[in-house]
Amino acid sequence: MAELAPRRTLVPIPVTDVEDPSYFHKVVDCQWACPAHTDVPQYIRLIGQGRYGDAYLLNRKSNVFPGILGRTCDRPCEPACRRGRVDGDAVAICRLKRVASDLREDVGWGLPRAAEAKNGKRIACVGAGPASLTVANDLMPLGYEVTIFERQQLPGGLMRTNIPAFRLPAKVLDEEIAVILDMGVDIRYGTEISSMRELLEMGYDAVFVGSGAPRGKELELPGRHDEVGETHIHIGIDWLESIAFGHVNKVGRRVLIIGVGNTAMDCCRSSRRLGGEDIRVMARRPRQYFKASPWELEDAEEEGVQIVVNHAPRRFIVEDGRLVGMEFDQVEWDEGAVHSKTVGTVRIDCDDVILAIGQENAFPWIERDLPLEFSSPQLAAVDELTMQATIPGVFFGGDAAFGAKNIIWAVEHGHQAAISIDNHCQGVPVAQRPAQAMRLTSRKMGITQWSYHNDYNPHGRQEMARVDLKERFERLNLEVELGFGPEETAREVQRCLNCDIQTAFQAPLCIECDACIDVCPVRCLTIIRPDWADEEELRTRLNAPAENRSQAIFVSEALPQTGRVMVKDENLCVHCGLCAERCPTAAWDMARFELGIPYAGRPAEVG
Amino acid sequence: MTSIAKPQIPLLPLERNQLGLTIRDYAGSMSTLCAGCGHDSVTAAIQEALWGLSIPPYQVAKLSGIGCSSKTPQYFDSEAVGFNSVHGRMAAVASGAAAANRDLVVVGVSGDGDSLSIGLGNLAHAIRRNVRMLYVIANNGVYGLTKGQFSASADIGSRSRKGEPNLMPPVDPMLLGLSLGATFLARGFSGDKAQLVPILRAGLSHGGFALVDVISPCVQFNDHEGSTKSFRYVREHELQDIDADIIPVRGQIHSEQTPGSVTEVELHDGSRVLFRAVPEGYDPRDRVRVGSYLVESARRGEIATGLLYLDETTPDMHQLSATTQDRLWDLPFERLCPGSTELARFQARLR
Repeated sequence: MAELAPRRTLVPIPVTDVEDPSYFHKVVDCQWACPAHTDVPQYIRLIGQGRYGDAYLLNRKSNVFPGILGRTCDRPCEPACRRGRVDGDAVAICRLKRVASDLREDVGWGLPRAAEAKNGKRIACVGAGPASLTVANDLMPLGYEVTIFERQQLPGGLMRTNIPAFRLPAKVLDEEIAVILDMGVDIRYGTEISSMRELLEMGYDAVFVGSGAPRGKELELPGRHDEVGETHIHIGIDWLESIAFGHVNKVGRRVLIIGVGNTAMDCCRSSRRLGGEDIRVMARRPRQYFKASPWELEDAEEEGVQIVVNHAPRRFIVEDGRLVGMEFDQVEWDEGAVHSKTVGTVRIDCDDVILAIGQENAFPWIERDLPLEFSSPQLAAVDELTMQATIPGVFFGGDAAFGAKNIIWAVEHGHQAAISIDNHCQGVPVAQRPAQAMRLTSRKMGITQWSYHNDYNPHGRQEMARVDLKERFERLNLEVELGFGPEETAREVQRCLNCDIQTAFQAPLCIECDACIDVCPVRCLTIIRPDWADEEELRTRLNAPAENRSQAIFVSEALPQTGRVMVKDENLCVHCGLCAERCPTAAWDMARFELGIPYAGRPAEVG
Repeated sequence: MTSIAKPQIPLLPLERNQLGLTIRDYAGSMSTLCAGCGHDSVTAAIQEALWGLSIPPYQVAKLSGIGCSSKTPQYFDSEAVGFNSVHGRMAAVASGAAAANRDLVVVGVSGDGDSLSIGLGNLAHAIRRNVRMLYVIANNGVYGLTKGQFSASADIGSRSRKGEPNLMPPVDPMLLGLSLGATFLARGFSGDKAQLVPILRAGLSHGGFALVDVISPCVQFNDHEGSTKSFRYVREHELQDIDADIIPVRGQIHSEQTPGSVTEVELHDGSRVLFRAVPEGYDPRDRVRVGSYLVESARRGEIATGLLYLDETTPDMHQLSATTQDRLWDLPFERLCPGSTELARFQARLR
């Protein structure tokens, strides 16, 4: 009966600015969610065409370590993936990245090279983890001389020490790091920086701190220090590091892991390979509040690890100077798991305990009387945009900047810090950031023909083959995941909805025939009089209510015949191009959106 | 024509009607009409009307003749019974279907050529019989399938794509229907579903022959400057005077309308149609006034749209002929075909 209601006055049309690179970028959910803004749909198409090397290089441009990340990334892209909203399962983006890396041909031609002439500027990096390596990757081609100080005898930082080799083989790590170091980075192994003051006095033009969050959290409970001689209570990340360097090669039969983050998952799976048989991961809270990625939990459970919820550690039980077990409070939680009450206690016998309850930053080597301010006892005050600390020319990145995050964030910090370092050394204010760029190019090849595969493939997410459960425990460093084969790859690439192929609308061409609205399989288009009060109301008045507020609403200019406007809810659009196929005037087109991302010394470019 | 079928999105949140069905359950196959064809919008409007009234998809009989418009039954309600008749004979076939099974919801889709040229006689007598059905004319003023010659509904002075004017007077299905005693006359526009869907819902609920003339521009041959059936011309000359909506039997009364300006008419099944007419004193039940209003607005070059005329008092075909209450297939063979003895006795009565 709405049509019988009195007509309301028109509002000034809040026309969507599609020239702003962030509008269409946001539609590409995966790219938007990726801290480094990897062009996911394009590399997936390249994989689909068998152009693995090109897919690898496209990845490398933004995330620097496709082979490493293809195995270990925290995958912020996957929970964001539109496919998840359409059929419940995101595209296996991370695994496809690994396909590009595994199957790439020689890509030497496309890798960065050090500049022939040096520019006379010297940069010091602390720690050879992903953040520092990214800084070197971006600055070496510009002529900078980069020196990296690394405490260990091998590069990689937490990628080497905290990620077990059965998830990330050393070969993959070495290959991708070598590309950067071989540009002539001066890397000093076995060199621990013990004083920021001394480092500053060494005369570098800029200093980058990428030393991670190297201190595992302690669990100070009764009995923690009661053992005599060899300890059977280990700090997770230190223990993993000892395994990585071959200092630890066995563990007791019964192991308790305290904590349920991704480090806990690496600890329990490592225990399984070092002789542990009865392995339990002890969690205080219910499963939906775990920090570990769901896929890492599944991997651990598949290997026979027990996940025990609602158990809060109470004390270590040490008898005759030796750890024999732990006591836990059994707890019940209220709704939302805010408050708990203890309903009992239980003793669990064990031979080893591994503490994996988080990591902290620690900068014992930074003198607190420097003009370098701290925002908390552990963290230096670092600008989120420039990565600069309060001493000009000193930059932080990776876990050292804002606490433990993940590899892909470390890479992005490295890129941003490199821009800042370049600015700093060239006399440009560090806050002056280079702009992003964008380009839209039509994918039209003919009437109802597109240069992308626009049909929706109903296949479910492909499972990855793994090494047989028995075999995988025989060798500590045997990689468990085998990578996608040709069939899985072919099916999985087709699940991508090509969100970067945008529905580009030209209001002046529209004759309001409704063809696009009728054909849209997700009813995301509406032609409406601009008389709504605000976006909230507009969202309720569309052909299908736009309830996902994290997704944008496109509003066109006034249409020529009636002054109404075209409105699109971006939420469920599957980029099938049917609107453009049914459009008689080509007011709708399918156009590929390319985001130009600026890097140090290289303004944003597209194409 | 499209390169792919509509993707079936598993997690799409879709509203359900009283039968628990979504609009997708009333879909047909993909249209092969030209991109932007008005007929596709008519199809979508019919689909929405059937869904909105919670009509079981299998209870629908969809029929058509020949022409672009007559392809449309293929594009909605795949579960319905379909019949693609000889050119211009859809009304006759539909009359037979309605006679044989009074429970069918009969939907005929035809065009200006199929209904107003070759099939005019069939249409006229289906109107006179008051066959209970929804009869949609997707009216674009040209013969699209044969590359754009003027049809019988082309207005005087309307120009072809090459610039020639039409010289013969048009057949206006509304005035035609009025003169033949039609009981439900409405005109819509394929570019305005907000108006068209309620009209179709009312037509589907009407107790007799519901004739709906839908101006449905031909984007290929009749959407140019100089045409009187283009999207732009219709938008500029349309009089949306008589808004209407239907309140189904089990539906709720919407509270937004202003009392006083609304006329209410009860349909045979207890549902009600509400009108809001802008012209002073317009009464959709007054045949004489409606006729003069249509003639006057046409003379001014305006296209009057909306539910223009409604008569719920005239009996439909079944009542007029006092037919059986049963569907013919439910009748035992002896009653359906009484046999030669009974025939001889009947004939003897006539001698």
